[in-house]
Amino acid sequence: MAKQHRGVNKRKGILGALALVAVAVGLYWSLIVAPPDAYQGEVQRIMYLHLPSILIAYLSYFLVFVGSGLYLWKREKRDDILAHAAAEIGVLFTALTIIEGSIWGRPTWGVWWTWDARLTLTAILLLIYVGYLMLRSLIEDEQRAATAAAVLGIIGFLDIPLIHMSVYWWRTLHQPPSILRPDKLPWENVHPSMLTALTISFIGFLLLYFYLLSLRYRVGEMRQQIKALRLERGTG
Amino acid sequence: MTLLRQAYLLLCKDLLLELRRRDSLLTMFFFGTLLLFVFHFSFDLVPERVAEMAPALLWLAFLFTGTLGLAQLFQAERENHCFDALLLSPLDRGALFLAKTGFNLILMVLVEIVVIPLFWILFNVRSWNLLPQVFLVTLLGTVGFCVLGTLMSAITLRARARELLLPLVLFPLMIPVILATIRCMEEVLRTGQIGDAMHWLRLLLGFDVIFMTAGVLIFDWVIEN
Repeated sequence: MAKQHRGVNKRKGILGALALVAVAVGLYWSLIVAPPDAYQGEVQRIMYLHLPSILIAYLSYFLVFVGSGLYLWKREKRDDILAHAAAEIGVLFTALTIIEGSIWGRPTWGVWWTWDARLTLTAILLLIYVGYLMLRSLIEDEQRAATAAAVLGIIGFLDIPLIHMSVYWWRTLHQPPSILRPDKLPWENVHPSMLTALTISFIGFLLLYFYLLSLRYRVGEMRQQIKALRLERGTG
Repeated sequence: MTLLRQAYLLLCKDLLLELRRRDSLLTMFFFGTLLLFVFHFSFDLVPERVAEMAPALLWLAFLFTGTLGLAQLFQAERENHCFDALLLSPLDRGALFLAKTGFNLILMVLVEIVVIPLFWILFNVRSWNLLPQVFLVTLLGTVGFCVLGTLMSAITLRARARELLLPLVLFPLMIPVILATIRCMEEVLRTGQIGDAMHWLRLLLGFDVIFMTAGVLIFDWVIEN
């Protein structure tokens, strides 16, 4: 068993090292190689972190949805651990997105916060999944907590398109997407090295994400093992 | 027995209980009225501006009173192990969901039937002829609120600090409903018809249908033995 763990740990270590390298290269490309934005200047560089952050957050919430659905269906603890781990990291990256956006918004729009559709949507996502984590922590019985959280994980994800639609109709001020535009291909309207910086940065974040997720998942597994051992010895 | 018949019987049971005790209905009704007074002291509701603010204020009142009702929703079942008895009976749990949603809906609609005209009287809103449309929009929003509210009430059933947790998980999910009902009502009060706010009404309908379906399907798993 110890040997097997060492193998897993080694794989995790490699993943972590790869993430570190990719994030470092991404930062180098974003801060030094890519040219400053024609209109916004240097501050635009925050986009290389901002966009990957929010994409990772969405990926997380999708994983929460998948883990929750699988848990309700098959009742296997590992799906619940996955959903829980993904939710925590999703909250982290959503908060990061909002902080980065604020830092960018202050010099660009003149305000730290504005009730624009995309900002509001991101804030609501944060509220929903902070609620998810609170719900988990406030239910003693572990199985009940897992079930309740799974329901919220599914309902919350189903609600995202509706919230998206409603806040967009309500108002929008965020700058339109500059890379995935319907009228032009990505490499026609963005400097190629900007696109490279963004791609590397995204890959770096993705690796970092899976590294964090694997660590967090392992923590969940270990908690289960500790509980099982305690039960065995009658000290639980 | 079909799903609907089971739901109907459960609903009758809840209504009978409520008729005997009147706990929820009375507290919700008085709380709703109380909020109108709080609004009066908090905002400067001059007759020229009151129509603009009415939708938002009314919805705040309904959200708060509705949450009060939801917190009590499974109270009867929590006492004397009634829940276990209910689960032992050969019931479809979707029926339990529909019955509880229906029960909370009836309570809220009864409160709204009193509170909306009261708002019109207390704040001198002149457009009495628009009340049917206002009620219709309110009804659609209330259905959405009750559907998700019942689900969230059920999953927070065994949580610590449950009354505090419920609005915390429910309100962010309710944002489409809050936005849609307020925009629809504003449009109705301004122009006298739904007209430009039709897409909001469709969103509201979509919300109701999606989560009603999801609720019936998922409730089996929500309630564990």
